[in-house]
Amino acid sequence: MAALSELETAYRKVQKDKTFQKELNGYLSDYAGRPTALYYAKRLTEHFKGARIYLKREDLLHTGAHKINNTLGQVLLAKRMNKKRIIAETGAGQHGVATATAAALLGFKCEVYMGEVDMLRQRLNVERMRLLGTKVIPVKSGTRTLKDAVNETFRDWVTNVKNTYYVLGSVVGPHPYPLMVRNFQSVIGRETKQQILRKEGKFPDALVACVGGGSNSIGLFHPFFHHQNVKFIGVEAAGRGLKTGKHAATLVAGKKGVLHGSFSELLQDENGQVHPTHSVAAGLDYPGVGPEHSYYKSIGRAKYVAVTDREALKAFHLLSEIEGIIPALESAHALAYLAKFAPKLSSNEIIVLCLSGRGDKDLGEVIKDYD
Amino acid sequence: MINRIDEKFQELKKGGRKALIFYLTVGYPDMVTFMKLVTALENFGADLIELGVPFSDPVADGLTIQRTSEVALKQKINLKKSFLLAKELSKKSNIPLIFMSYYNPIYHYGLQKFAHDCKKTGISGVIIPDLPPEEATPLKNILKQDNVNLIFLIAPTSPQERMRMISKESQGFIYYVSLTGVTGARRNCPERLNLPCIKFTGSLKNQSVSVLASPSHLKRGRLESIAMGLSLAVPF
Repeated sequence: MAALSELETAYRKVQKDKTFQKELNGYLSDYAGRPTALYYAKRLTEHFKGARIYLKREDLLHTGAHKINNTLGQVLLAKRMNKKRIIAETGAGQHGVATATAAALLGFKCEVYMGEVDMLRQRLNVERMRLLGTKVIPVKSGTRTLKDAVNETFRDWVTNVKNTYYVLGSVVGPHPYPLMVRNFQSVIGRETKQQILRKEGKFPDALVACVGGGSNSIGLFHPFFHHQNVKFIGVEAAGRGLKTGKHAATLVAGKKGVLHGSFSELLQDENGQVHPTHSVAAGLDYPGVGPEHSYYKSIGRAKYVAVTDREALKAFHLLSEIEGIIPALESAHALAYLAKFAPKLSSNEIIVLCLSGRGDKDLGEVIKDYD
Repeated sequence: MINRIDEKFQELKKGGRKALIFYLTVGYPDMVTFMKLVTALENFGADLIELGVPFSDPVADGLTIQRTSEVALKQKINLKKSFLLAKELSKKSNIPLIFMSYYNPIYHYGLQKFAHDCKKTGISGVIIPDLPPEEATPLKNILKQDNVNLIFLIAPTSPQERMRMISKESQGFIYYVSLTGVTGARRNCPERLNLPCIKFTGSLKNQSVSVLASPSHLKRGRLESIAMGLSLAVPF
């Protein structure tokens, strides 16, 4: 708790600090490549014969996903707090790579915890982290995926809290993480607002994004929160099907619970033990979800749905073939939902979809799918 | 009726003794051995026993308890079974029993039902490392009705202000985590406990401080008990 209070105080301070914000914005634009494009996907729109579809191209960012928005912010904060060592958890490896990148950029020693299972299926990202000078620590406990990597990182943090900063990768965990990560990711939604007004002269009718922990989705949604006419749709991983129990659809199929210091929906068994999850997308393979999403669900502000591995893979190919964009398997979940949703809307209506990452890291998984 | 933990500490204080507390994971390595272990520890001189109810994600614990929990969970140990075992133990002995678990299984079980079952089966106190006092009011109030203590933890990193608050909130005793970090055996324990709460002994007057540490620490300071995890698990 002392560590969390220290973090909250430090974060509140930099939030109001203009030099900090200026430094962060400088890195976001000159280093990470912001603003990212809001691209009108003409052929995808024609394919579904419904709403006009725009893609918010977070996949074009340095390191290939939205994760860098958050890690640059947090590692800069770590610098302000005079911490010497950075640690992080990672699932798909995108957050690990983004943390390793920010740590290299700002001169920090960095160690990343990653489940053994994830290390195997995301070998490329493991190598990327190593090239960036980060030590990747395999997590062998529990399910050996993201959830256990989070456990290990917390254990490290409480042990080495004096000199160590924990860069959490999503809008989960104890306060102030969900708030802080949401704020760092809200740049997605803020840019989208301006860009869509310039292109269409009005706000979109719906925002669609995938939800694992929920950072890219909340980043897109949050700045539109008070614009009630803009619908929010979060797409979770139904894995092999909701009925099989092998999925990661926390908001769709979970119950209220406490994991990693937040009270939210949770996939758990009848004894309150956390359930193992499954998704073809390692970044969605987490049994919890950000508490703010749970809140959006409870007040009816957002709708949460789930698509299967199969549907996501189909969307992965579709976007590659008709738009020349290879999406991350996580983002492919959001794309897959378009097939059910876009045709129902008219051509006057607009959907903005957050293309949270690029798919280079997933080629191994996708090729395996053919075998 | 006075809570068993409070009674025990009064008793020990009168005798000028300190408490020895042992931790065991419920159902590890199996139910029969576990029951035998509790009895053996009591005969050995344990004053209180902490029963660890396994949780899939014990973030405040190190590798040893993570593994013993996994073994216990594989044998389908849950709160319901833990209560049954506690009831058995309470029939045979008067030793105060404390549940140590995480919030989610308890929340899922139902707070009211949890408190009633604690009372019914002789659980006198509860330690929940992932439930800070700021979030504990609902459970604390419910446990109070059934005369079950809710015990909070102080870490070496806790600031003075927070220690003062926790020492006021904690019931039965205060659990002082002597090491910055998670549970588990260490080659080197800190020589000095560096227990900063000694500075505000005033507010600690009626509180006992329990420490997770090595026996040599008992000689120093105002500690009134010591908690030990029994490393019966094969070193991993």
